[in-house]
Amino acid sequence: MILLSLILAFLLLQAPVMPGHDAMEAGQETIDVSEIIFEHIGDEYEWHITEWKGKPVAIPLPVIARSSSGWHVFSSARLSHGAHYEGLYIDPESGKLTDETTGKRPLDLSITKNVLALMFSTLLLLVVVLLTARWYKEHDSLEEAPTGLAAAMEPLVMMVHDMARENIGEADYRKYSPYLCMAFLWILFNNFLGILPFFPGGANLTGNIAITLVLALCTFFTVNLTGTRHYYKDIFAPDVPGFLKPIMPVIEVFSALMKPVSLTIRLFANMLAGHIMILSMVCIIFIMAKYGPLLGGSMTVVSVLFGVFLDALECLVAFIQAYVFTMLSSIYIGLARSHGE
Amino acid sequence: MNLVTPDFGLLFWMVVIFGIVFFLLAKFGFPIITDSVDKRSAKIAQSLKDADEIQVRMQAWTQEHARMLEEVRREQSAILREATETKARIVADAKAQAKAEADRILSEAKLQIEAEKESALRDVRREVALLSVQVAEKVLRHELQDEGSQRAFIDQLVDEASEAPLRS
Repeated sequence: MILLSLILAFLLLQAPVMPGHDAMEAGQETIDVSEIIFEHIGDEYEWHITEWKGKPVAIPLPVIARSSSGWHVFSSARLSHGAHYEGLYIDPESGKLTDETTGKRPLDLSITKNVLALMFSTLLLLVVVLLTARWYKEHDSLEEAPTGLAAAMEPLVMMVHDMARENIGEADYRKYSPYLCMAFLWILFNNFLGILPFFPGGANLTGNIAITLVLALCTFFTVNLTGTRHYYKDIFAPDVPGFLKPIMPVIEVFSALMKPVSLTIRLFANMLAGHIMILSMVCIIFIMAKYGPLLGGSMTVVSVLFGVFLDALECLVAFIQAYVFTMLSSIYIGLARSHGE
Repeated sequence: MNLVTPDFGLLFWMVVIFGIVFFLLAKFGFPIITDSVDKRSAKIAQSLKDADEIQVRMQAWTQEHARMLEEVRREQSAILREATETKARIVADAKAQAKAEADRILSEAKLQIEAEKESALRDVRREVALLSVQVAEKVLRHELQDEGSQRAFIDQLVDEASEAPLRS
């Protein structure tokens, strides 16, 4: 605590002698916090990495789209600053690719920032898991304790594997364990890469509803396509008093449909909120800079401390959300695999 | 509303990439890891069970060993006691036998001595008888040189002979 107040006092003393013109410059620009935040958590056609000497450093990504005039594949650099190319442009309001002639969105399969991050993180996961599997292939795991990558990955994989055994049952959990491991590690990897503030992290993948929807639908189809007769009987013809018979299937079907929705929203909202909180903390620094060196400097300390706290919290949330998604998935699968008591 | 509308492009890529990687990992990734670790867990569980069993067996062995040792000790002392008894008995027997033998030898010797004495006495008596007959012969020869003394002697003999049955 003493150390903390010392640092605080030191920074406050420093504040008046900070170079003033930065603050003046920042003060002249109006800071649009929501634009900054939404740029970070949203999707883009190029990967904006940083500003270097007043120029943006960005990786242009391929645009792949089928508009009214057919398929188009070109670099997104041609669309920068609102330029039109091959009858396509980026609508400044929605930030999405738009067809000139129809004014609507074309079929857009562009490799956007999120898609590239998705490719990168999934490739990373693939490599990591295959390397781990290779360790087990090359070593006799009965004689040797795992080392290196295998030692790091084994607890995670086995945690999910054991969770599957507990929730699905000894009979057929092995069939579902790979999906649960995949879902858990994929979410975990992307959550942590999302917290990472620099390239190739920083994409808000698990806070994107399309991504979480796909994950939740995977669970939904796994549950409902491999359900036992007992599971379907419980939905459509449950053992309840006569007057409930017509109501129960409606409730049960609704509940089955709400499960993926809740999975989607939970992961999406949690990760999105985390990103917004951290970005807001960072933005406070730039907002307060125009209120003078003293206020700006002291708020910087506060927001850095809060930022550190929120980052630590996000690390926790990153794990918890991956765990919760996997656990709920395994419980849903376990319910669908019930053979009746 | 951008945030809560799923973007089709991302949806498409997510399905494709997630699907491909899931397929690869479900085939070449996770089962290998989980199977190896499950095998190891089974081995550890088995080893623990074996160790428990061995311990139980060891305990049984230790008890058996102690029991056998105790038995051996008991047997040893029994054998020792028996040996002592046997020794005493043998010594006693030997003593008794020796005594009996000595007695027997002694009594035999006594009998022999008695017999020897008897025969010696008999010899002495025979000798004395012969000697007295010879002396008597010489005395008679000397005294019975004349008739008168022969008669007198015959008379005396007759007297004696007639008195003898009364005496005896």
